[in-house]
Amino acid sequence: MRIELVKRKEQSRAMLLLSPLIAVGLTLITAALLFIVTGKDPALGLYKFFIEPLTDTWSLQEIVVKATPLILIACGLSVCFLSNNWNIGAEGQFVFGAICGCFLPILFPEFANGATLPLMLLFGALGGAAWAFIPAILKTRFNTNEILTSLMLVYVAGLLLDYLVRGPWRDPGGFNFPESRIFSDAATLPAIGDGRMSLSAPIALIVVVVLAIVLARTMKGFEIRVMGESPRAGSFAGFSAKKLTLFAFAFAGAMAGLAGTMEVSGSLNQLLPSISPGYGFTAIIVAFLGRLNPVGILVAGFILALSYIGGEAVQASMGVSDKIASVIQGLLLFYVLACDTLILYQVRLSRARPAAIAGEAEHV
Amino acid sequence: MAGEEDRTHAQKRPETGTLLDARGLTKRFGDILANDRVDLAINTGEIHALLGENGAGKSTLVKMFYGSLEPDGGAISWQGRTVAITSPAEARALGIGMVFQHFSLFEALTVAENIALAFPKPGNMRKLAARIREVSEDYGLPLDPDAVVADLPVGIRQRIEIVRCLLQEPRLIIMDEPTSVLTPQEADRLFLTLQRLASEGCAVLYISHRLEEVQRICHHATILRHGKVVRECDPTRETAASLARMMVGTEVMGVSITDHEPAIGRTRLALRNLTSPATNPFATELRGINLDVRAGEVVAIAGVAGNGQGELFDAVSGEVRVGPDMVCLDDGPCGNRDITWRRRRNAAFVPEERLGHGAVPGMKLSQNVILTRHGTGDGLSSAGFLSSKMAVGIEQRIKKTYDVRMSHDDPEARSLSGGNLQKFVVGRELDRKPGILVVNQPTWGVDAGAAALIRQALIDLARSGSAVLVISQDLDEIFEIADRIAVISRGHLSGAEDARTMTRERIGLLMAGDAEKAGAA
Repeated sequence: MRIELVKRKEQSRAMLLLSPLIAVGLTLITAALLFIVTGKDPALGLYKFFIEPLTDTWSLQEIVVKATPLILIACGLSVCFLSNNWNIGAEGQFVFGAICGCFLPILFPEFANGATLPLMLLFGALGGAAWAFIPAILKTRFNTNEILTSLMLVYVAGLLLDYLVRGPWRDPGGFNFPESRIFSDAATLPAIGDGRMSLSAPIALIVVVVLAIVLARTMKGFEIRVMGESPRAGSFAGFSAKKLTLFAFAFAGAMAGLAGTMEVSGSLNQLLPSISPGYGFTAIIVAFLGRLNPVGILVAGFILALSYIGGEAVQASMGVSDKIASVIQGLLLFYVLACDTLILYQVRLSRARPAAIAGEAEHV
Repeated sequence: MAGEEDRTHAQKRPETGTLLDARGLTKRFGDILANDRVDLAINTGEIHALLGENGAGKSTLVKMFYGSLEPDGGAISWQGRTVAITSPAEARALGIGMVFQHFSLFEALTVAENIALAFPKPGNMRKLAARIREVSEDYGLPLDPDAVVADLPVGIRQRIEIVRCLLQEPRLIIMDEPTSVLTPQEADRLFLTLQRLASEGCAVLYISHRLEEVQRICHHATILRHGKVVRECDPTRETAASLARMMVGTEVMGVSITDHEPAIGRTRLALRNLTSPATNPFATELRGINLDVRAGEVVAIAGVAGNGQGELFDAVSGEVRVGPDMVCLDDGPCGNRDITWRRRRNAAFVPEERLGHGAVPGMKLSQNVILTRHGTGDGLSSAGFLSSKMAVGIEQRIKKTYDVRMSHDDPEARSLSGGNLQKFVVGRELDRKPGILVVNQPTWGVDAGAAALIRQALIDLARSGSAVLVISQDLDEIFEIADRIAVISRGHLSGAEDARTMTRERIGLLMAGDAEKAGAA
């Protein structure tokens, strides 16, 4: 017996929906195995990880707080990935955006009025876009690999933030702790309810809706999808690959920068040496789990946010390392990408030999 | 040259005993029965033609002979012994060689290195080079073993494949459309080689859709239709028309040129000293191309593949920009304008590669309508928003007018067969009634019925006052539809000459390099 992959004539509509669900199912099974291997009760582990956080208002709010930046960043990344631009550096764009968005309340604390917050969000988005423009320009001008350049810039941005909060931007009245001054009310994103939720959640929702319409209904969305699937056909349609690369990176960077600024302004209220538990990287998983579709991303954002809260929960109550959250996120991405094969291929068991010998298959 | 004397040779099928005998070969792909109980017997020393339309199952059949596909049913016997050919290596060990339509050569390596790769133990390279020289000259296909493949024209590349096959001393050579890349003169030389091989007892299985050459060199023909053997015959006793009828199953409609004296109008497409450097080491540089295409006429550019046709198409369409005056549409210089600008000036383009260039494989046909028509005032895009209703409307119209067959409504482009997709990408542009149409390989890989439909549509468009430029490697097609013919060779274009006075021989000479002189003159 051998397992054969048989190419389908068209994408399977059923698998388009089913493949993320299969991936989630496989992730759950693997997670259960992990709990068994570490000597924990798998049923309790899965319950604590995936179910319990959903039964409590505090953790539900916390899920929204964590899902918001994930969804925003993943929306931006989906435009990149759909158009074949492999932006892996959203984490850096998040951080650099936050730096640009927050210089106003830190360096000019007296400038506190109705314009402060809109300006912060604008600078945050521009900063993220500028950071993302670097790998985009390198790609279009010098044909460099954007995966490497965007990833390396993550560390540059992280170190820049570290330097700022330990040096020039350190709070003068902060007893030498590496943190900036606390923002004034004018620089704080208004809260929603009594928890940590802020205006950032509805803003992310608006981005999801607008992007869903743009991708499905407009010329720009069409251009993005054509370029991703077939650049040659895109150039035949009159689209410019270079311009689209610049656009996709700028948009993804702006979304990440916006998310970074809102995270600092809405949740942290000051700049710290570390402002992200890896949102920029986790958002890559969100984007793929959500099928690069804004509505899918909305759902996927909550699933991945749950993995953060669940990780903390099992650490607190069962003594499992909170690295379990990263492991489960990694497994999920692995399974999502693997299950995507099913969309264009059919798995078949056969006793026959390969349909064509490798190498010979190409030219027959 | 193989002329009349070869035809008078009694092309009798040699009664030398059966070399390969296939009985009841069946191969199924999903719902499609690609080969349905096919019987085929090849005698030692015969040139056996395998005829059939695209999709008739010829490739599937020979892949089973060459061990790259396994039959679902039936048996193959080789020299009287039943064999299971499970890999190309096994096929080669039995003495079955194959020359592919699309070459499998590494462009950056030399001829000898490429050939060495085909042998499990190539041994001493100097000795191999000497053998290559000896065998290739012996068979009238001289090769320089030290030449780098990238520098060689397509005809020579095919020689490498053939010589590689010959070095393995095969008993049967399978050739898939070998003359599609050759000039008429090169084809004549190939025929001599094949006749020599046959006289030495080597059998040739010859796949072609060019009926004339099948009649000229083949001893026997097997005709496939829809995966079944419909007839076996002696091709010399048939006419091209009767062979075509057997392949298609019905009478093939000829193209009717109602008005052979077209009403020629003003120049609508002009190329003026069009020059464009090669964008990569394997591309062709365009050197000073001049051409006028006038309202009412079809101008065809003949040429062997890889002589700059793709580069010329890209420059005319605007995918590659050139100097402003090098391309003019209706007197407007546009060499530096993009393809959408040119489309708005009533020009339309159909590239050679339909999947991945002319159409996005994973998108529905209606979305693929938007691909080339978003900027041409069809109402597909307003204020940045797309109208999928309009797109579906146009898609339905193209489907009806150009008889595009599909299994369900509005499928993804990749699910269509080559011929149907070609009808769609040509129909998508014709539907606009463009004033200037540029088509690269309009009927490549298309069955006879669809090809006739497309050719007729091109002529009708020209007669209605449009300028039509056709780039094609198919001389039969060119003579069928063109009013004037030019030849492209290594990036040079000869002057366009009246199709009625042009001969195949003259085209052959121009293909082989005279275009450079003629273009310069």
